Amino acid sequence: MFTALFGSVEQGIIYAIMALGVYISFRVLDFPDLTVDGSFVTGAATAAMMIALGYNPILATLMAIVTGFIAGCMTGILHTKGKINPLLSGILMMIALYSINLRIMGLSAENAIVKPNIPLMNADTIFSQFQGFWGNLGFDTALTNFIKNTLGFQTAPSTWGTIIVVLVLTLIIKFVADWFLKTEVGLAIRATGDNKRMIRSFSANTDGLIVLGLGLSNALVAFSGALIAQYSKFADANMGIGMIVIGLASVIIGEAIFGTKTIFRTTLAVIAGAIIYRIIYAVALRIDWLDTSDMKLITAIIVILALVIPQMIDKRREKKRKEKRRVERLNQQREMMQGGNHLA
Amino acid sequence: MLKLEGINKIFNEGTPDEKIALENINLHLSPGDFVTIIGSNGAGKSTMMNMISGALTPDFGAVTIEGKEVTKLPEYKRSQFIGRVFQDPMAGTAPSMTIEENLAIAYSRNAKRSFRKGVNRSRRDFFRTSLEKLGLGLENRFNAKVGMLSGGERQALSLLMATFTNPSILLLDEHTAALDPSRAELITRLTKQLVEEGNLTTLMVTHNMQQAIDLGNRLIMMDKGQIILTIDDEKKPTLTIPDLMTEFEKIRGEKMNSDRALLGASS
Repeated sequence: MFTALFGSVEQGIIYAIMALGVYISFRVLDFPDLTVDGSFVTGAATAAMMIALGYNPILATLMAIVTGFIAGCMTGILHTKGKINPLLSGILMMIALYSINLRIMGLSAENAIVKPNIPLMNADTIFSQFQGFWGNLGFDTALTNFIKNTLGFQTAPSTWGTIIVVLVLTLIIKFVADWFLKTEVGLAIRATGDNKRMIRSFSANTDGLIVLGLGLSNALVAFSGALIAQYSKFADANMGIGMIVIGLASVIIGEAIFGTKTIFRTTLAVIAGAIIYRIIYAVALRIDWLDTSDMKLITAIIVILALVIPQMIDKRREKKRKEKRRVERLNQQREMMQGGNHLA
Repeated sequence: MLKLEGINKIFNEGTPDEKIALENINLHLSPGDFVTIIGSNGAGKSTMMNMISGALTPDFGAVTIEGKEVTKLPEYKRSQFIGRVFQDPMAGTAPSMTIEENLAIAYSRNAKRSFRKGVNRSRRDFFRTSLEKLGLGLENRFNAKVGMLSGGERQALSLLMATFTNPSILLLDEHTAALDPSRAELITRLTKQLVEEGNLTTLMVTHNMQQAIDLGNRLIMMDKGQIILTIDDEKKPTLTIPDLMTEFEKIRGEKMNSDRALLGASS
C-alpha cells in the first residue's frame, strides 16, 4: 500500500504542473481551454521523439515546453484574431493537435510518417539521469531501512530520487507562477480574466495577453506531458484524453479544501488537489469490481461532486443561519410579551 | 489638446434600423478645459465618447490628441493618453483583485508593462497618499478585494485610477448616474477636486443639468447626433437651467423633452 500511494504522490506532483496550467487558463484568464487534451500529448510526443532519437532529455523536455507554448498561442490567436468562441477554439486546436502529435511521433521512425506511440524502455530520461547522481549518495538505502525497520512497512519505494526531482520542479514552477502573477504583465493578465473593458482602458492589449496567457498555460501542460512520458517510459497518442477534466478536478478539489485567499495559497491548493486526485484514483483502482477503463467516469463524478457539494454545504449553512435567527426572534418576542404581561 | 474634426458615424447603415449617431461633429478642447455635455437619450453623447476613447471608429473625420492623429489607433494604445470612468461602477475596476493591485494596473497605464513587481514599496507609498485624498479610509484596506467595496467606493477608486497618472484627456461618462444622491454628490466633489489638482482636460457626459452647470468651464448640448449649443467660459458662470431650456426651444423649435433624468431629479 505504501509503495502504491508513493507512486500516486509522485504522479500527482507531475500532474500538478498540468493542473497549474489549467488554473492559469480556467481561473486566471477565465478561458475554458480544451487545448489541454492535445497539448499534453504534444509535450509527451515531442520529448519522447527527441529522446528516442538520442537527444539529451533536458533539451527534449525544453523543446516540449516550447511546442506546448506554440499550441496555446495558436488557440489564443484563433479566439482573438479569428473571433472564434473560446470553447470552440480549444476544441479545434485539440483535434488538430491529434494529427500533429502522430506526425511528431512519426519523426522518430525511419520507415513511417506517423506513429501512434513511442516506448522509451531503455532510453535515458531526466529521471534516469538524476538517478545516476542520486543513487551514489546513499540516501535511498538509508530511507528504505528507516521505512522497513523503524516504521515497520513490508515494502519501500525503490528510489526517492524521482519524487525529489518532481517536487523541486513543481515547487519552482509554483514560485515562478506566484511571482509572475504579481508582475505588471501578470496583473494585466489577471485583470484580462476579470474585467476586459477595464484593462483595455488602462492601455493593455487584451488580445496579446490572452495569447500569452494561453501559451504559458499550455507550456506547463506540455511540460507535465513530457515528464509523464519519461516517468512511465511511454508516449501514446491517446494519453491526453480527459486531461482537461483531470486538471479541472485538481483545481476544484484543491480550491474547495484549501481556499483561494491569496495566489500563493491557491497555487499550493492546486498542487495539493492534483496529488489528492491521484490518491483517490489509486484507491478507486483497488476496488475489485472497478476496471481501469471506469476511471474516466469516476473522474467525471469526482468533478461533479466537487462542484456540487460546496454549493450544498453553503445552502445548508445559510438555512441553519436563517433558522437560528428565526428562533432568536421568536424568543425575543416571547420575552417581550411576558414583560408586557408583568406590566399589565 | 483634443480635436474632433468632421466626425460622422452611422449605425446599421443600409438596413431599416439605420441610425445617424453622429453628424459632422467638430469640437476643440484647449489644455485645462473642462467641458460638460448634456443631451437626451440617443443624442450621441456616449457615441462621441467612444469615438475619442477608440472603442468605436468614425466612418470619416479625424480625432487628434496632443497634435497627434489617433483616429485609427486601437483603443488599448489610445488609452495611454486617456483616463476613463464609466457609468457602471463595476466597469472601471477588477473585482477579484485587491485595491493595491488595481492601482498598480492603473499606474502602468502610460508605461510599457514589464516583469517588474506591480506593487513595490515606493509605489505603495504613492498609492497610500493618493487614496488618502479620497477621504474614504481605503488606504487602510489595501488588500481588500475591490469586489467587496460599495458602488460609491468603487467609483471613487475608478476616478482616482483614471486621474492619478495625469492623462492628457479625462473622459467621464455619466459616472455618477448609477449612484444614490449622497454618493453621487461625493463623487462630484471628488471629480472637481481631482480635476483641479491635476489641471486635467476633461470631457464629462451627464444627464443632470445642475451638475453640468456646476462643473466645468464650458458646456455643450447635443441632440440627434449634432452639437446644437455651445456655452463658453464667459457665459457659463451665469448659466441657469431655464436658460438652457429656452435656448433649446429657440434652436429646435420644440419643447425640450424635459424628462426627469434630464433635469436631474436628484439635485
